[in-house]
Amino acid sequence: MKKIILTLAVLLLPALVNAAGGGVHLDQIEVDFNNKSSLQRGMKTYVNNCLGCHSMQYQRYLRTAEDIGLSAALMKEHLIFGEQKVGELITNNMPKADAANWFGTAPPDLTLETKLKGSDWVYTYLRSFYQDESRPWGVNNSVFKDVGMPNVLGYLQGVQLNHCSAVELAENSTEIDPLTGVEIGGCYSLVEGSGEQTAKEFDRTIYDLVNFMSYIGAPHTMQSQSMGVKVLIFLFIFFFFTYALKKEYWRDIH
Amino acid sequence: MAGSRNKGNPGIMGWFDDRFPATAMWEDHLSKYYAPKNFNFWYFFGSLAMLVLVNQILTGIWLTMSYTPTNEGAFASVEYIMRDVDYGWLIRYMHSTGASAFFFVVYMHMFRGMLYGSYRNPRELVWIFGMVIYVALMAEAFMGYLLPWGQMSYWGAAVIVSLFEAVPFIGPDLAQWIRGDYLISGATLTRFFALHVIALPIVILALVVLHIIALHEVGSNNPDGIEIKDKVDENGIPLDGIPFHPYYSVKDIVGVVVFLFVFCAIVFFFPEGGGYFIEAPNYEPANPLKTPPHIAPVWYFTPFYAMLRAIPPIAASQFPGVVVMGAAIAILFVLPWLDRSPVKSIRYKGWASKIGIVVFAICFCILGYLGVVASTPMRTILAQICTAIYFAYFFGMPFFTRMEKTKPVPERVTG
Repeated sequence: MKKIILTLAVLLLPALVNAAGGGVHLDQIEVDFNNKSSLQRGMKTYVNNCLGCHSMQYQRYLRTAEDIGLSAALMKEHLIFGEQKVGELITNNMPKADAANWFGTAPPDLTLETKLKGSDWVYTYLRSFYQDESRPWGVNNSVFKDVGMPNVLGYLQGVQLNHCSAVELAENSTEIDPLTGVEIGGCYSLVEGSGEQTAKEFDRTIYDLVNFMSYIGAPHTMQSQSMGVKVLIFLFIFFFFTYALKKEYWRDIH
Repeated sequence: MAGSRNKGNPGIMGWFDDRFPATAMWEDHLSKYYAPKNFNFWYFFGSLAMLVLVNQILTGIWLTMSYTPTNEGAFASVEYIMRDVDYGWLIRYMHSTGASAFFFVVYMHMFRGMLYGSYRNPRELVWIFGMVIYVALMAEAFMGYLLPWGQMSYWGAAVIVSLFEAVPFIGPDLAQWIRGDYLISGATLTRFFALHVIALPIVILALVVLHIIALHEVGSNNPDGIEIKDKVDENGIPLDGIPFHPYYSVKDIVGVVVFLFVFCAIVFFFPEGGGYFIEAPNYEPANPLKTPPHIAPVWYFTPFYAMLRAIPPIAASQFPGVVVMGAAIAILFVLPWLDRSPVKSIRYKGWASKIGIVVFAICFCILGYLGVVASTPMRTILAQICTAIYFAYFFGMPFFTRMEKTKPVPERVTG
């Protein structure tokens, strides 16, 4: 009976994993919350480019400063604009109703965006804007079709052109050569010199940004993992004591 | 009986025992409760269910201290717990993982009962109290899932409550009465909160007491399905029985540690359970104007959800599906009277029972999987086949358990 159940579990697991897939191809990233400088650069990009429209209203500046390795004073000086105090939530002053008029829909709060859509999704989305003059902001996005958001980071990335049809875009992935960091046979090309950063630099900027956003999505991760290791080690050792106790008591039961 | 024992003893305990049957209760339920000595792996899940219940109550109390049960505040208060409350994330993940763990241990506990015939005479009431606990637990879990007030909370509740609309004649009024509004709203949230944190926990705790008192009245079954009370020594103590405490208390601690290892691995490293314990759409606040593309209940409800979807509507009414889903749970209540085998345990039953329970378990797991994924015509047919097998197992039980050839049951328990 035990064998049957085990076999079943093993057979069903891959099916369950597959059930969660689907949709466009996403470039994968490995987030690293111990890379404090990446988190700090990500936050800098966020407050300079994103925060005006997208709040992080469930998270506080102070907590963030402690976790990404900044002092409260540095945070206050460089990353908090306006009159907000360091203990306050990361909010902005954009009126929701006006924003809905400007963009068609109010820009969502992004505290939990990486939990909602996944870090890979955000990473791919931010790098998938392409020129499309039929859209109000002159750009479209292959991950989020007809999105209401302009390509805010376009000044860094430059003008990205798309050579594929909508169907090809959905199927084709932008493959990056791991050695050279150059795209192989993708749908996109960049207009030379149109952006402040090279393609490689821009990918790193987005990586840092998404790394930061992923941290904001689950700020307890570092604490949880370090505590988890200790708890599991304790339970592992404790098991032998409880097992020995049981053996001792049960010695005379036959 | 408990009343007359342990009277007139000296000391502090004596003082208590003269006024309250403390020692007598300790003896009746622990130190002189004789359990069969041959409990195996499957018998850990009863005490584990108790552990998870305590976990849910304690973490629930602490969550309640910081949670706001309002339309405006619920979602933000959960994030407040996750970010600003010291160890709030731990308390919340213990509670959310605990919900899934509760159903896992309860399903294993129920399957144990089915394997070894623990529902048979004289334990029918033990089984029925257990079934009522299971139903109360489903209500408790369903209402608890609304409280984070995310998109899946909201739309999951919308789908489940709309099932009541399928009841003929009174349906729409009934659903509105449950919601307290025309759609799931803050009014629904506050009443679900009240039921989740007060009403249902009291009911579940009371039922657990009844479940255990009934069990200790008739004594525990065992993997051989033998009544150990039939063979007693000169003091009336079962020859194959050992005191629950210390023997099973120390054994259960080993089970608790192994369980906690898995439980903590999930809590600390995979609290979302790959999207099955906490579903991704629940990271977006409830929005009545925006339906998520794919609404799936949490995994522990999916076998029954798959049955609901498998049954085609009649005259544009989902009622037949609702009836089948209800019947799938209701039929478990009469299980003690469906099993007519001369033996209790699967060990001594015939081939029909052995194949039957394996096929039943496989079908239940397949239904659970089908309830998670989006339905396609092929999957609907598979769900219909599995639903048919689920019911065939129970409807066929009075016949195959009587007709099959059983093995002789030993006099005394085997290892």
